[in-house]
Amino acid sequence: MAVSDSDIRLNANAAVPERRNPTLEALLEAAREPWTLICSLILLGFLAMAVLAPFLAGDPTAINPAQRLRPPSFEAFWGTDHLGRDVFARAMNGARMSLTVGVCVAILSAIPGVAIGIFAGMNRVGGALVMRVIDAMMAIPAVLLAIALAALLQPGLTTLIIAISIPEIPRMVRLVRSVVLSVREQPYVDAAVSVGTGGMKLVTKHILPNTVAPVIVQATYAAASAIIASAVLSFLGVGTPPDIPSWGGMMADARKFFQFYPMLMVYPGVLLSLLVLVTNVLGDRLSDALDPRKMARSI
Amino acid sequence: MIRYAAARVLAGIPTLLLVSVFIFSLAHITPGDPAILLAGDNATPSQVAEIRSRLHLDLPLVQQFGIWLGNALRFDLGNSIYSGKPVTELIAQRIEPTLVLSFVTLLLTVLVAVPLGAVSAWKANSIIDRISMGIAVAGFSIPVFVIAYLLVYLFAVKLRLFPVQGYKWLADGWIATLNSVTLPAIALAFVFSALIARVTRASVLEALGENYIRTAHAKGLGAPRILFVHALRSVGVPVITVIGIGFATLVGGVVVTESVFNIPGIGRLTVDAVTRRDYPVIQGVILFFSVALIFINLLVDLSYAFIDPRIRG
Repeated sequence: MAVSDSDIRLNANAAVPERRNPTLEALLEAAREPWTLICSLILLGFLAMAVLAPFLAGDPTAINPAQRLRPPSFEAFWGTDHLGRDVFARAMNGARMSLTVGVCVAILSAIPGVAIGIFAGMNRVGGALVMRVIDAMMAIPAVLLAIALAALLQPGLTTLIIAISIPEIPRMVRLVRSVVLSVREQPYVDAAVSVGTGGMKLVTKHILPNTVAPVIVQATYAAASAIIASAVLSFLGVGTPPDIPSWGGMMADARKFFQFYPMLMVYPGVLLSLLVLVTNVLGDRLSDALDPRKMARSI
Repeated sequence: MIRYAAARVLAGIPTLLLVSVFIFSLAHITPGDPAILLAGDNATPSQVAEIRSRLHLDLPLVQQFGIWLGNALRFDLGNSIYSGKPVTELIAQRIEPTLVLSFVTLLLTVLVAVPLGAVSAWKANSIIDRISMGIAVAGFSIPVFVIAYLLVYLFAVKLRLFPVQGYKWLADGWIATLNSVTLPAIALAFVFSALIARVTRASVLEALGENYIRTAHAKGLGAPRILFVHALRSVGVPVITVIGIGFATLVGGVVVTESVFNIPGIGRLTVDAVTRRDYPVIQGVILFFSVALIFINLLVDLSYAFIDPRIRG
C-alpha cells in the first residue's frame, strides 16, 4: 500500500495517533493479491463441501453390489466404486474428514508446541533437557511414527488425529523456542525485567504475542502435512475404519481396478492434492504477510 | 578435524538412547497384553504365562528395557510374531531394494533440483522462476502415491515403457534393477526435489548479492561460471543440511512408494508388519530408520567440515 507524503504529515499532526493492528493490516493487504484470493475461495469451496456433504450427496456408505463400477449417472455424479457406493458422496465426505484432521492437528500441535517451546526458551537447564527429547523425537521419521502409533492404538478418528499430531509437536517447539530466545534479547524485554515484570506477566505480555504470527504460519503447514499424512495412513490401511470415508481410503480401494477405472483414483487424488496445494500456498502467503521485517515496513 | 568428528559422534549417543526409549515404549502403549496377542486365540493360561516369562514381560519395565537394549546392541531385535524369523534377518533380506531406491532418488534429486534452484535464483521473478517454483510447491503438496499412480498410468499402462510394479534384484543384472526402480524413484524425487530446489534458490539468491559475485562479474566471468562455480560453492552447507532434513520425509515416501510399486524393501516390511500388528518388526524397522537418519545427519555434519574449512577449528 503506497503511503503519500501528505498521509505521513497528517498522521504526525494528529493529536491522537490511530492505533492499528499491524498483524490485521498485513493480513488484509495480503488478501488483496489475486492468488491469495483464488486459494482462499478454493478453500472455502472445500469447507462448503465438508459442511454440505450430507445435504448435497447421498449415503456414502450404502453398498449396492448390483450397481458396482458404474459410469457417472444422474444418481451418482461420479459413478460408483467396486461395492456400488456413490463416489461423489464419498469424495464429499472425504473433504469433511480431511479438513477435520487438518484443523485438529494444527490446534493439537500448536497448543503443546507453544507451551513446551516457551518453557524451553525461558528455562535454561530444563530447556536443554527438553530440547534433547525433542531432538530424539525428530530423529524418528514422522510418517513412520504416525503409522506405528495409529497401528498400535485403537483404530478411529481420534487415534488418527493424535498419531499425526505427536510427530508435528517437535517442529512447533523448535520454532517457538527460537522466537522466545530472540525476543528475550530485545531491549524492551530487558526494560520490562528491570522494572520488576516477572514470570507469568513477562510471558503473557511480552513473549507470547511475538509467537502468534510464526505459530499461525507453522500451524497452516502442519495442517497441510497432516492432510497428506492422514491420506497416507488411510491408504496404507491404518487410518479410519471403512465407515468414515477418506480420500486415502478411496485410493486404496481403487488400486485393484486402477488400470481399467482410473477415474476412481483421479477424483480423490485431485481433490486431495488441490486441498494440500491451496493450504500450502496460503501458508506461504501468510508467512510473507506476517514477516516482521515486511510488517515493519508497512506500518 | 578428528576432534570435531569425535564431538559429533558423541553428541549422537544420547539422542540414540532416547530414541530407543521411545521405540521400546511403543510396544507398551498398545492396548492389551502382548503375551496374549503372541499366544494366539487358542492359548491356555499356562502357555500365556510361559510366553510372558520367556519374553521377560513379568519383569519391571526398566529391567525389560535394559534387556531389550542389550539385545538390540547385539543386533538381536527379537522375532517376528507372524513368521517367527529374527527381525534383523528380515531387515537384512530387504535392505537392497530400499538402498537402491533411495540412492537413485537422491541422485535424480541432486541432478534436477540444484541446477533448477540455481537457475531460478539467477532469473529471479522471471517466467522460468515462477514456473519452477510453482512446480516446487506442487511437489510437496501432491502426495507421493498420487504422483506414483499418475506416472504408472502414463508410462507403464499407456506407454508401456516401464513395469507397472515389482523389483528386479541386482543379482539378476543392474539394468533390469534400474528399469524397475525408475518410476518409483521419479515419484519420490518429485517430492524431494521440491524441498531442495526451494532451499537452493533462496541460498543462491542470497549469495548472488555478495561482493565476491560482483568481483567475479567485474573480472568478466560468464554467467554459468559465476553461478555454478562461485555462487553454488557457498550454498553447499544449507543445501546439504536440507538434504539431511529431507531424508526424514524421504523415509515416509519410501514406505508409501514401495507399497504402491510392490517393491519388497524395508518400507514394504513396515506396512506388512503394521497390518499384522507385528510389533517386534515395527519396533525393529523404526529403530533401523532412526539409526539410519541419525547416521545420515552425522555424515551431513561431517561434510560441513569438508565444504567449509572454518567449521573444522
